[in-house]
Amino acid sequence: MTGWDGPEQVRARLEETGYLVDDGLAIACFLALRLGRPLFCEGDAGVGKTALASALAEALDAPLIRLQCHEGIDASQALYDWDFPRQLLHLRAAEAVGVTDADRLEGELYDRRFLVARPLLRALQTQPSVLLIDEIDRADDEFEAFLLELLSEFSVTIPELGTLRAEEPPVVVLTSNRTREVHDALKRRCLYHWFEHPGFARELAIVRRRLPEVSARLAEQVTALVQELRGHDLLKPPGVAETIDWAEALDALGADEVDAELAVATLGSVLKYREDAERARGMDLAAVLATRGA
Amino acid sequence: MTGVLAADAALLGFARALRAAGVDADAERVHAFLCAVDALRPGIRADVYWAGRLTLCGDRDDLERYERVFAAYFGDGGRAGRTVSAPPPPRLRLVVSGGAGAATRADREHAAPPAASLASAVEVLRHRDVADLDAVEREQVRRLLAAFALRGEARRSARRSPAGRGEVDPHRTVRELLRRGGEPARLRRHARTDRPRRVVLLVDVSGSMSPYADALLRFAHAAARGSRTEVFTIGTRLTRVTRELAHRDPDLAMAAVAAAVPDWRGGTRLGELLRAFLDRWGQRGLARGAIVVLLSDGWERGDPELLAAQMRRLHRLAHRVIWANPRKARPGYAPLAAGMAAALPSVDAFVEGHSLAALERLAAVVRGADDA
Repeated sequence: MTGWDGPEQVRARLEETGYLVDDGLAIACFLALRLGRPLFCEGDAGVGKTALASALAEALDAPLIRLQCHEGIDASQALYDWDFPRQLLHLRAAEAVGVTDADRLEGELYDRRFLVARPLLRALQTQPSVLLIDEIDRADDEFEAFLLELLSEFSVTIPELGTLRAEEPPVVVLTSNRTREVHDALKRRCLYHWFEHPGFARELAIVRRRLPEVSARLAEQVTALVQELRGHDLLKPPGVAETIDWAEALDALGADEVDAELAVATLGSVLKYREDAERARGMDLAAVLATRGA
Repeated sequence: MTGVLAADAALLGFARALRAAGVDADAERVHAFLCAVDALRPGIRADVYWAGRLTLCGDRDDLERYERVFAAYFGDGGRAGRTVSAPPPPRLRLVVSGGAGAATRADREHAAPPAASLASAVEVLRHRDVADLDAVEREQVRRLLAAFALRGEARRSARRSPAGRGEVDPHRTVRELLRRGGEPARLRRHARTDRPRRVVLLVDVSGSMSPYADALLRFAHAAARGSRTEVFTIGTRLTRVTRELAHRDPDLAMAAVAAAVPDWRGGTRLGELLRAFLDRWGQRGLARGAIVVLLSDGWERGDPELLAAQMRRLHRLAHRVIWANPRKARPGYAPLAAGMAAALPSVDAFVEGHSLAALERLAAVVRGADDA
């Protein structure tokens, strides 16, 4: 859509917004923009799937339109709805002033001003825009089929108004946590990207970028600890989001660096299961800090 | 011009190799691949790598295969893209054959009994232990198994549909009002619909289960037809076979499963594999609120304490945990195998799984007909 001419430029623009990408993701974003295909993002929770959409929106200087999926979501919640109370009011008002032209009145009832645009329709009408369809795996298969149609045509047909087509399709980011298998037909329309946890250097860079106020030493220590935690087999390995939370929490406590005792005391910002916290307490966190702290 | 064609041919050849390795790279995906390469720098290895990975793969499981085929096709090139933390490539495997699988056509024809004696023969067969059948009976059991359908008990869903009673549905009511020019009309109502719960089958295909594995997988195939059922095999590795079982023809489905499962007749490490299931699938939501059925004899080679812990975890996630053990029906059976004993406290229903009748009963328990 925009004049970005290569993955490198995408990377640079995303970095300006504070979102650091690796080669694969830069190429993925570039292709999504160039080929006009939705980007289907999968990976563990907290690796930055949702954050990517906001970063793209910021980099493109376009509004972010978000659709949070849930079970039972349907077209009237996702696409459009009619403002029924206002339609009724209009009808009554027309009656009161004695309008007799029934045909015209009927036409007026389904005027655009009574149309309530939900996220998907808003995204089609807003140019340019970034549409985030979050946690598609939570919606049920009926909704997936509906989405399939919308994403292939970027147009919707409203019986009373006709077909509305996006002049310029929005940039679409879909995320899934893999709680169930998303239908292949939908995935086929998309570029598929699997998010891995970042390595130490990149994660540290992300933390530093997101929390410039946190001391360099603290950021480094926290990142090292999280990387260590991920290596043990936990019920819920912490994501980058948790690393940032932890560094922020420690900073809020006024810490410039962290020792094993303080780390254990604040484990609640990173580990969300009792079993995981217990396992972490059994680890030699001091040793991790010692190797990385020099 | 010819150079361009040659390059495209190479890319198409790569897509074909990928398909041969089991990645579902169909024409639409290949088209996207060519467009993607075109949009990038076609000569650059990393660009081709990512273009293919983004367009041709559709699943995390595809990535490992992609990695392998890419390295083989374009050479290792020093830097083989990004490594994916996926299980190692499957080794050569035994395709199910011999006793369980090799009923010839002649056998099959021979197996069809005259109609008059059919009912009683079936009745006898229903209660026979699958492990003790001969080839002819086995074939008959297979055909009977094909009739199974497994539906989880119903739960209320968030989706609503028009109903005679229930809450007022503002959309349809106001539409009705508008249709009548604002005159009061009958209130339209809607109610939450019922949905069957998801069923997850974990089928043990390790050595100790080999007399049952074929029958149980056929049961799983029938059970997975057209409903929200997920099937995994556990042996030395955890393998998701839902996709393979989607084949309508049971024999083709079995062949696909045989090709996908690398560990027929290995030992069992139930605890470890259950943990793998929960980490990768269960906790994210597959087991959440589902009915999870373990079809296993509970022979655990590993640490029973690990199995007990993972069973507790599963029990907290799932709506119900059912364990079907083919050995339970043997005279004098007691759940003494260390694994079984460790798992039992976290099991809601412990049923048999050795015969047709037992599997019918299992299906009833899954439906929520009664708790055994």
